[in-house]
Order: sequence, then structure tokens, then C-alpha cells
Amino acid sequence: MSGAAAMIRVDRLTFAYGGRVPVFEGFSLGVGRGEALAVIGPSGCGKSTLLYLLAGLRQPQSGEIRVLGQPLVRPRPRTGLILQDHGLLPWATLRDNARLGVRIRTFYGPDGRHAPREGAESRTEALARVDGWLERLGILEYADQYPSQLSRGQRQRAAIARTLALEPDLLLMDEPFSALDAPTRSDLLDIIGRAGPADGLTRILVTHDIDEAVLFGEEILVLTRGTNRETLVLEGQPGGDSDAEARSALRARLLGLLEKKP
Amino acid sequence: MTKSISPLSALAGLAMFFVLWQGAAWLVKNAILPGPVTVVPVFFRLLPGELGLHFLASAGRVLAAVALAVALAAPLGLILGQAPRIDRLVAPLIAILYPIPKIVFLPVIYVLMGITDVSKVLLIALIIFFQILVVVRDEAAGLHPELILSVRSLGAGRRALFRYVYLPATLPAVLTALRVSVGTAIAVLFITEQSLTHYGLGYYIVVETYQVLLYPQMYSGILAMSLLGLAFYFVLFRFEVRLTRHLGRAEG
Repeated sequence: MSGAAAMIRVDRLTFAYGGRVPVFEGFSLGVGRGEALAVIGPSGCGKSTLLYLLAGLRQPQSGEIRVLGQPLVRPRPRTGLILQDHGLLPWATLRDNARLGVRIRTFYGPDGRHAPREGAESRTEALARVDGWLERLGILEYADQYPSQLSRGQRQRAAIARTLALEPDLLLMDEPFSALDAPTRSDLLDIIGRAGPADGLTRILVTHDIDEAVLFGEEILVLTRGTNRETLVLEGQPGGDSDAEARSALRARLLGLLEKKP
Repeated sequence: MTKSISPLSALAGLAMFFVLWQGAAWLVKNAILPGPVTVVPVFFRLLPGELGLHFLASAGRVLAAVALAVALAAPLGLILGQAPRIDRLVAPLIAILYPIPKIVFLPVIYVLMGITDVSKVLLIALIIFFQILVVVRDEAAGLHPELILSVRSLGAGRRALFRYVYLPATLPAVLTALRVSVGTAIAVLFITEQSLTHYGLGYYIVVETYQVLLYPQMYSGILAMSLLGLAFYFVLFRFEVRLTRHLGRAEG
């Protein structure tokens, strides 16, 4: 949407879990390149489902999803996904976990299907970049520890490092901060926020937290329980430059929308 | 057992074992229980020859059975663990078959397949098969769906998922199951080797020594069979310790 080139085009999408009421029916959405979109809604509204659909991990029953003009039929190598928890291998150290993406790419080679065809680089370079991200996220000193020895915040940083080291152009996040304490949350929100405009990274954050949505989203998609047909997108107030009054107005509006029964 | 064993404590255990054995031999004072002082020299004299061949035959059968059981049970366990619908369908069947002592099928297998090496290996493999099947299924079912999704999102297809998730997730449990079931496997091996074979420790202990009253030689066979069990147990245990460091066990 807006003037930017389209990163994602969702066109009349319909999806239902085996025989149940559809989560989406004839649902359309556009996300511009480099944009930050927050997706908010009550639990069970289909916001995680939408993310998995955009990740290519689930296939719609009808309709189409295009990413950079290409129809999405399987996970794209340049889409990164960060989940709330359980994303790390419990038997591997933090560094090995952060390297997993690079390992999988080397495992297949640049085949365009599991790893990007263009811009293939040496394994050493890629592994060095992983350590660079571990350092930027302040967890390099824990690199040899196992996930169970680390805090949730440190684990989530490792998951972020693993994903960003693959240099994605689309970052999908499913409540990545919801289990974290407030300072860690705003810290990571800041890192993800800054990872944006300069590299043209498109970011989609699924959350149930109104403040998070308001702070993160340049646009905010509101989903409802039951079947989603309409696309309700509000303009967000991210960054430090927006005024407090506009923010609290937006908060109140979102609160009203979320409390309304479908 | 969660601790690894130091060479010193292993030696101490061995010493205690031999002292108790020798003590029992002095107390019983019967040809059927010679002490280690008599048996150990016989063991080392026979090992490079005949006894060694029997040992290798037995070890080969156990290894073949382990390989066969793992090759069949591990993939099946993965499928069941990742496909709850199929699992629910066959779980009652597995629950019924799992506790049946598989040795009771010995006559059936012998009649159907003949008393061959294949039938012996098959019977041992049957025992290990169910142990592996159940643990691999449970480990695979215990993997968080989020973990699989996030690894798939890194670009992993079926092969990379197997290499980076399923294999490391299930291997420690496979080794534990093998370690626990290797005792039963060797017990069954002992029984199967008593009929229609010319090599194997079971045959050596029962036919070549016990039945002709060569008790010290019989004990050298028993020692060899114990060694076989011990070797399997500790090799598997070493691998397990290595693979489960993240649990904070042993060598941390």
C-alpha cells in the first residue's frame, strides 16, 4: 500500500483449519517494501495463522499470496521468522543455534529454493556475520551455553541473531517479546525497529499488546475473532517524533475495536 | 545411571567382583563353580582361538540385529511421532505388542524361516525394534511444533530437518533404549544359539563345554558373554554422555 513498491500482496485469501469455520475468507492485504506492520487482535483471531501463511508454512484453500511479485508456494529463503519461544534447539549451544540458518544454507547450497541463488558467499563470511550479530545483541559472551542455561531474553536475542544473520528482506515475528520483561522488550523492539528503513527490511509483528502495536507499527492491522473478511488497517504512530496525544487517541481507538464483540 | 565412571572406580568394581567370585568358589567347593584364579587364565588362553570365533559370531548377530531394528524402527517412530492421527490409530496395537516377551515367538519364527542366522537375528531385532519404536515416537512427538516451523523457516526441507532436528533429537533416546534392551537381546541370543549353529557363545557355553563337563572352559564362555554385554553397554553409554551434555549431565 501507500506509495512504496509492494512487498506482499494477499489477494482474496481463504483459509480454514480442517473443517472448521474459516479464519480468513476473501481477505486481501498489501504491505509495502521496508514497511513496519503490526498485526493485533484477540487470541484465536488468526494473527499467527496469517503469519504462517505469509511465511509459506501453510497454504491457503483459495486466493493467492505474492511476495515481491512471486506466488508463494513454499517458505522463501529470504523470509525470516521469529516465534515467541521454543525456536532454539535445546541440544545445541547458543552459537550453534545462531549458526543453524547458515548451516542449512550450506547444506543445500545456493539452489534458490532453500537458500537464495544470488549473492552466495563463503561459509566463513556467513559464520563471522553470525558472531557479529551475537555481539551486537550483547550475547556473544554466552555463545557456548545451552538455551536452558539462558534467560528468555537471551534466548530471544539468539533467535533474532539467527534470523538477521541470514539477511532477510522480510521479517515475520509472532509475539516475540510477549514473554519478556519490559526493559528487554523495549530494547529488542528498538533493535528490530532500527533494523528497518536503512536495509529496506519489511517487518510484520504479530502482537496482542496495544502499546507494542502502537510503538512498532507504521500501520496496524486489526483482526477479529471469527472469520476475517474486511481489512481494517489504522495508521500507527511509531518512533519518537509522533506526539503523545495522537498516540493515546490511537490506543483508545484500538482498545475500542478489540473490545467490540465480532 | 547418570554419572560417567572413572577408570579407578571401574578397577575397584572389577576387583570387588573377582574377590566375591573367588570367595564364593571357596565356600561352595564344587566343580560347577571354579574361581577366577582357575577361569581367567583359561579365558586368556582360549580367547585368541576358538573362543574368539564364538565371541565374534555372537557379536556379529547382536550388531546385525541392532542395525536391522534401528533401520526399521527409527523411521517408523519418526512418522508416528509427527503424525498424531496415524499414531492414535496404531497406538493400541503397539501397547499390546510391546510387553509381549518376544522370545515366545521363537518356535514360530523357526518353523516359518528355518533355524538359520537370519531367524536368530530377526528374533533379537524384534525385541529391540519395539524399544526403539516407542522412544523415537515419544521423542518426536515431544518436539514443539514451533521448533519445526522455525527451522523450516530457515530454509530446511525434509533432509535438513532430519539432519538438524530429528536425528539429534532422537539419537540420545535411541542409545538409551539400546543400552537398556541390550541385556535382554543378549539373553535371547544365548537361547537362540543353543540350537543348530556351530559358532556363538550360547552354543559354546551349553553344547561344547557344559554338556561335556568342561566347567572352567564354560566359565570362559560366560566371561566372554558378560564382556559382550558390558562392551555394548559402555560404548552406548559413552555416546550418550557425549550427546546429552546440554542436560548438564556428567562432564558438563
